[in-house]
Amino acid sequence: MDLSSINPVLLLASLMVAATPILLAAIGELVVERAGVLNLGVEGMMITGAVCGFVVAVGTGSPWLGFIGAAAGGAFLALLFGILTQYLLSNQVATGLALTLFGLGLSALIGQGYIGIKAPSFPDWHIPLLGDIPVIGPIVFQHDPMVYVGLILVAATWWFLHKTQSGLVLRAVGENHDAAHALGYKVTRIRILAIMFGGACAGLGGAYLSLVRVPQWTEGMTAGAGWIALAIVVFAGWKPWRLLLGAYLFGGMTVLQLNLQAAGLAIPVEYLSMSPYLATIVVLVIMSSGRAPGSLGRIFHASR
Amino acid sequence: MSLLSLQGLTKAYPGVVANDNVSFEIERGEIHALLGENGAGKSTLVKTIYGLVKPDAGSMLLEGAAFAPPEPRAARSAGVAMVFQHFSLFDALNVAENIALGMENPPPLQDVSERVRAVSDQYGLPLDPSRVVGDLSAGERQRVEIIRCLLQDPKLLIMDEPTSVLTPQEVTILFETLRKLAAEGTAILYISHKLEEIRALCDRATVLRMGRVVGACDPRQTSAREMAELMVGAVLQVPEKPEKPAGDVALTLTGLSAPAPHEFGTALRDISLTVRRGEVLGVGGVAGNGQDELVAALSGEMPVGASMVRMGNENIGHLPPNARRALGLCAAPEERNGHAAAPDMTLIENALLTGNVRKGLSSRGFIKWDRARDFAAEIIEKFDVRTPSANNTARSLSGGNLQKFVIGREIMQDPDVLIINQPTWGVDASAAAAIRQAILDLAADGAAVIVISQDLDELMEIADRFAALNEGRMSDPRPAKGLTIDEIGLMLGGSHDMEVSHVDA
Repeated sequence: MDLSSINPVLLLASLMVAATPILLAAIGELVVERAGVLNLGVEGMMITGAVCGFVVAVGTGSPWLGFIGAAAGGAFLALLFGILTQYLLSNQVATGLALTLFGLGLSALIGQGYIGIKAPSFPDWHIPLLGDIPVIGPIVFQHDPMVYVGLILVAATWWFLHKTQSGLVLRAVGENHDAAHALGYKVTRIRILAIMFGGACAGLGGAYLSLVRVPQWTEGMTAGAGWIALAIVVFAGWKPWRLLLGAYLFGGMTVLQLNLQAAGLAIPVEYLSMSPYLATIVVLVIMSSGRAPGSLGRIFHASR
Repeated sequence: MSLLSLQGLTKAYPGVVANDNVSFEIERGEIHALLGENGAGKSTLVKTIYGLVKPDAGSMLLEGAAFAPPEPRAARSAGVAMVFQHFSLFDALNVAENIALGMENPPPLQDVSERVRAVSDQYGLPLDPSRVVGDLSAGERQRVEIIRCLLQDPKLLIMDEPTSVLTPQEVTILFETLRKLAAEGTAILYISHKLEEIRALCDRATVLRMGRVVGACDPRQTSAREMAELMVGAVLQVPEKPEKPAGDVALTLTGLSAPAPHEFGTALRDISLTVRRGEVLGVGGVAGNGQDELVAALSGEMPVGASMVRMGNENIGHLPPNARRALGLCAAPEERNGHAAAPDMTLIENALLTGNVRKGLSSRGFIKWDRARDFAAEIIEKFDVRTPSANNTARSLSGGNLQKFVIGREIMQDPDVLIINQPTWGVDASAAAAIRQAILDLAADGAAVIVISQDLDELMEIADRFAALNEGRMSDPRPAKGLTIDEIGLMLGGSHDMEVSHVDA
């Protein structure tokens, strides 16, 4: 084994990249769950976003338009979920699982003609001054723009939930939908909007895989990232900053175990592959003290 | 010109007319009582005024102008505020956030906190804006709701069953606050079925029965019995309590302690008492002081130390519910839809769920449906449960009828010890009288009964001894006969630092 082949600066730099898809999907699901809706279709919305983003980016040649297309695709799938669960009052767990299966199939269909093509990449950009700082520069300030979009989203979500009136209403709806209704807030409308935001974020996360990380389209390329995003939301206690920690922890372990594999560590590969999942769950369980939103997963009907 | 005038309000739901041509007027500065049994249409009427329900016919005038709020926001901005029966609060949010949610265009949270402090000072309702609502007592939660309303300077304040969760001292202070408000010109529409309170507080009363206004009276000039009979439309039976000597000790609690089962629960702290055969022990206390936990520890839902609960000489603290039932300890928890009964299962299935052990309704894992059916039919007949058939779901029954069924199911199992939490909560007067009589009859037949209730009048009516729960501790039981309301209030833990309002009216 040759540990000297692992470059710590490179390791930390790739951690942020590896965490971004999960971070994007998880911050969207966090908002959805704070509004009291449990959408298990994150995986399906991610992969749909991945393929929509890829198709749009290849068609227009612009990765930015690709991400917008991905958000639209994810939001559309989420809207389906919203109509089914909020207006037709279907079971959220079953509908979410169906959404994942539907998304996987739909994305395979859409992506048929796009296998083996390379996605257009972001033009090289360089953050002046900050990017030139030794060590910190390469770790934090030399990434593609979407990494920072993810960070901004986490900060914006925290600010929205805790500092704005609309965020307070959203938390209230998730905490006790009957009381929120009695005060005259539009429970269903707020939830539909939250669900669509969650879908858009999941779509961005998926597109980050197909446009930046890989960057090409393969069927089932999210490979469970949506489920990890769901788990991180719960273990992070529905708190945005802890969610960031969870995502970075998972990203870091993923990158580290890949490096260790490359360095030829004498542990079976299977153990290394499972380590990110184990480490994330163990750490977040140890520090978890969050309480689920009171109305999470419950069907709201105005007459009851 | 009166403040609010209701003219011919009618609202029908499929199969039932909730309000039928309801007309009456509310004057400025008046405390107006709205009386009626469950299902008389009180809730529908106040929801109409508050904009949650749209009437089929009829109209309202607020200060002479047409008033038809399409939603609660419109009602609130017109000056109508409401304190809900089941508090419409958010447990995980703090007091200031909860209050901001009830306001139109709320200012930043710091300003909300300031105003909460100012108003709570003015009306003698102490409240810390930064506390999380889930940790507050019931009385404090109600203060949150009242302050939320007062911040909007309402012209009309609707209060739906406000005193059901308060200690007598807290009730006194609430009434003081309401009288000050009325003196300032605010009209109060006060909904309650506690007639003595209405007689003490209200200037006028309108009585509803089956959706119609059946009378109006001056509560100060009318006796509680007359008002009750106006509400029910029949002559009331008062439960009879036969004198009897106390029997052997049936149930002993020794140092019963248990941690809080969940974040907003209450820990039980060192409860010791004995209950004898033929005795009814009444346990009073403000909601959230350990009632649910005590029932869970007694019924077996929450196992505790084996020797903490004893029946006769047998340690049963560690046994699960069915093992306790087999020994003769039955329990009826508070929440009838979802805890005492499975809402979407039929009455037969619900009868089977707790009656299986003592009534032998199954053998070798197979259900004896005919015996279960007979058992359910027997309960329905003996306890006068109004239902088309035993095949109806529990959810389809009205609250009072389901409560009669749930209590009847336990009593019919002929228990040696029966635990009942809130036997008549949300039950109309005649059903409540029937349930109380059944409890007394069971005790007269030699069973020990523990009744946990927030209705002190009820406990005084049926209990031989009275004890109070306060923050998970039990006071020493005292003979119920001769206890004064003041003594009971002190046993319940006093008024939780409330002070009398000192606004200058």
